[in-house]
Amino acid sequence: MIVISENPFDPWQALQDYQTSAAMQGQYGATTVFVGTMRDFNDGDTVKSMTLEHYPGMTEKHLSNIIGDAKQRWAIIDSLVVHRVGDIYPDQPIVLVAVWAAHRGDACDACRFIIEALKSNAPFWKKEHLSSDQSRWVTHNSKGYLNTKVSD
Amino acid sequence: MSITLHYFASLKESLGRASDSVDYLPNLTVLDVWALANQDQPLPNLILAAVNMDYVPLTSLVEDGDTVAFFPPVTGG
Repeated sequence: MIVISENPFDPWQALQDYQTSAAMQGQYGATTVFVGTMRDFNDGDTVKSMTLEHYPGMTEKHLSNIIGDAKQRWAIIDSLVVHRVGDIYPDQPIVLVAVWAAHRGDACDACRFIIEALKSNAPFWKKEHLSSDQSRWVTHNSKGYLNTKVSD
Repeated sequence: MSITLHYFASLKESLGRASDSVDYLPNLTVLDVWALANQDQPLPNLILAAVNMDYVPLTSLVEDGDTVAFFPPVTGG
C-alpha cells in the first residue's frame, strides 16, 4: 500500500493499523521498518520547517514500480509506504517504509532497497526554511551516513 | 495537436510558472519541446525529464498529446 499524505501521521499507529487489517496473519516472521524524520539542521544551518513537493501520479507510479521490483527480488509478503508532502516541522515523520516477509533477510534487504530507490527515483523535492528566514531547495540526498568512510 | 509541459520545484520557481503547452510537430525531442516553450533558453544543468510520468533521455521523441515534465534531481525520503 502506498499513501501520500498532506497531513502529519504517526508511523507506529499506521504500522499497527495496516498490520491488523492486511490479510497476512500467521504468514510473516519478519517485519522491517524504516522511519525518516525531519531534522532541525542540515548543511550547518538550523532548519525550522520544510515544504515537500511531489509530482502527483508519477510519484505513486514510481513507488509502485519500486515495490514491484522489490517483490521480484525478495520473497516479501506485503509492504506499506507512507510519505508526507506539504509543510513539515522538526521531529515530524517524513516517510515510513515497512516490509513484511517470512524471513528476516528478505524483509531487511527489501526495506533498504525500497527506501534507497525512493530517495533516488521518486519525484519528491524538499525546500528548507531556515532560522535566518531564508529558504533553499535541497539539491541532493546524502549517502545516508554521517561518516562518509562507512559508505565507501 | 499539442504537448503539455509541467515544471516542478526550483525549476518551477525560477521560470515563474508550473506548466506550458506547445503545438505538436513531427520528430520533436524532449529537448526541442523545452526550447519551444522557453524561447530557446538553455535547459539548466542537471534537470531531468519525464514523458507521461516515465523518466526519459532528453533526446527521446515525443508524441502528440504527451505530457512532458522537467524537474531537478529528486530529494524525497
